[in-house]
Amino acid sequence: MNKNIILYAAILIFGLAAPFIFPAFKVQLSILCVLIILAVTWNIQGGEMGYNSFGNILFYGLGMYLCASVQVGMFFPLAEWTESGGEKTFVHTPTQFFQGMAVGLLVAAVVPTIVAGLIGYSILGLRGHYFAICTLGLGVAAGEISGGIEIIGAGQGFTTPPFPNVGGLEARGEFFYFCSFFALVIAFVTIRAIYSTRFKLILNAIRDNEDKAEAMGIETMKYKIIGWMVSAFFCGLAGGIMGGLVGYIDSTDVAFDGREMGVFMVLMAILGGKGTLWGPIIGATVFHIFKEGFWTFFLGWQYVALGVLIVVIVIYFPEGIMGWLREKYPERFGEVVDEADRKAQVELK
Amino acid sequence: MDFMVFQYPMITIQACLDGVLLGVLFALIAYGMALQWGVMNIINIAQGDLVILGGYIAYFMYLFGIHPAWGVIVSPFIMYFVGIGIYKLVINKVVDRDLFISILATFGISILFMQLMNFAFGADVVLANSGYGTTFLFDSNVVLPNSKIFSAIVSIAFAICLVIYMKKSKLGRAIRATAQNARAAKILGVDTEKVYAATFGINAALCGVAGALISITFTIHPYMGLPYTIRSFMIVIVAGLGNLPGVALSGMGLGVFEEFADYLLGTEFRIGSVFLLLVLILVYRRFKLSRKREYLK
Repeated sequence: MNKNIILYAAILIFGLAAPFIFPAFKVQLSILCVLIILAVTWNIQGGEMGYNSFGNILFYGLGMYLCASVQVGMFFPLAEWTESGGEKTFVHTPTQFFQGMAVGLLVAAVVPTIVAGLIGYSILGLRGHYFAICTLGLGVAAGEISGGIEIIGAGQGFTTPPFPNVGGLEARGEFFYFCSFFALVIAFVTIRAIYSTRFKLILNAIRDNEDKAEAMGIETMKYKIIGWMVSAFFCGLAGGIMGGLVGYIDSTDVAFDGREMGVFMVLMAILGGKGTLWGPIIGATVFHIFKEGFWTFFLGWQYVALGVLIVVIVIYFPEGIMGWLREKYPERFGEVVDEADRKAQVELK
Repeated sequence: MDFMVFQYPMITIQACLDGVLLGVLFALIAYGMALQWGVMNIINIAQGDLVILGGYIAYFMYLFGIHPAWGVIVSPFIMYFVGIGIYKLVINKVVDRDLFISILATFGISILFMQLMNFAFGADVVLANSGYGTTFLFDSNVVLPNSKIFSAIVSIAFAICLVIYMKKSKLGRAIRATAQNARAAKILGVDTEKVYAATFGINAALCGVAGALISITFTIHPYMGLPYTIRSFMIVIVAGLGNLPGVALSGMGLGVFEEFADYLLGTEFRIGSVFLLLVLILVYRRFKLSRKREYLK
């Protein structure tokens, strides 16, 4: 326990100091935080609950649009803002910007949670691949439909308010880094707290055998919806931050980007090892480093690499990094291994 | 807007005819999907991308001066081997695993294909001009391109050929046996590995035919694959596995729905409405099934 506290303190201090140690990578680090949030929250469904969702991108995109719309709509007419596109006829003062951002992030987190609660009863009743395809459809439908709505920019996109001119050149990056880092800390603390309660056991019971869990007297639907709502909360929050960070929202390429973010979160969780607390975090970090390397040096071939990567990971590496480590060093994970048994297994191989 | 359907009956007729002709094509793709789903228990997200690839084969024949209608013959041949290749490289490793693994793996293939096609053929929307002219009905109030009629006839012909093949030939029998019980079929001497490969190949060939027809009648674009996958998935779950008349009917129904959505809501909501319909159908199905479960109690 003592060791854990030191570890967490070290990570927290490193996280707080990171933008000053690596000033050139601030944006990358903020994106990393967002990716970790997405992977960790995906893991609640995919890993712990056994409901492989392609549709968490729905909450991410919803949060992105909501945060930006609230931030603009609080002070200026939204329709005129989106119509003017890149040319700024309205300028946020610093106070307006930060107030808008704060309220926007709150809305961006709360509304997707409510949406998840509302649609949860119908969607989470689906099982297995029907759930996967249904959520895939939800994500794409949201992208296509939001691409046709005039007030949030339709096809031409939505420019989020530019960062006000305070605190010098570095201020923008630092602001968004700390936003995403604190969101990550909140997400991690919440999820860790959840995982240490009975709730996690119930989710695992649902994953292993839902009918049996129901027969044992667990109201599975209630817990499934709560799990999804927790995911939606943090996905929306992450989306709101990401919208401000990118500065431009397009319906299918940035917000409801099933081809990138929607797949990334699944891939990161699987790469790290789904069903573990640290797996998605490790997976997201490794994936982000790989992605940035590839996106920089082999521009244009990134989707080819992504496709190959998905296939390779899914076929040859479905247990992920944590699963591999667990197989290699079972003692570290608190599993007692009989030495003779292990020898026999090695001989069998 | 709402009254348009009743005030202008010609538009209604036009939409219905367009939808039915389009739906026959969807049904052909869905038939391939039902085949591999039934036999291998795999949902192939790359289905739509195979369709688009088949379309590009026909388009390239058109560019080289061959009439694109010959693509209907050529593209299934090429696509059959593409299908076998995909099976040997990826699918045979996911056949007996979790369904989600196969969904994710084929999703990866889909992304890969999308991007490779984008590199190879460019990001333009293309169509192969068949030069078939148009048919006018009801005093020129209803306009039907002959290519649509051609494509519907060809798809029906292919579907009938395939049904007969599945009924009569040795391979067809082996495929049906494997679909019923793979283990029993194996015990009785059916090489299930070969059957799986052939099934995936036939599915890809069907996609090739459909793609060639789509390149003649509509347009193709490297990123347009996913909607075709979703449509065929939807048709299969509405009709059920192994229900051919159901596949044909629900395909046509989907086509008509899409045309009406296009007229009433506007073209920008067309794809969105398809995906939304999928969600609604799945939710409806879920409530229907849960009611059935309650009866059992």
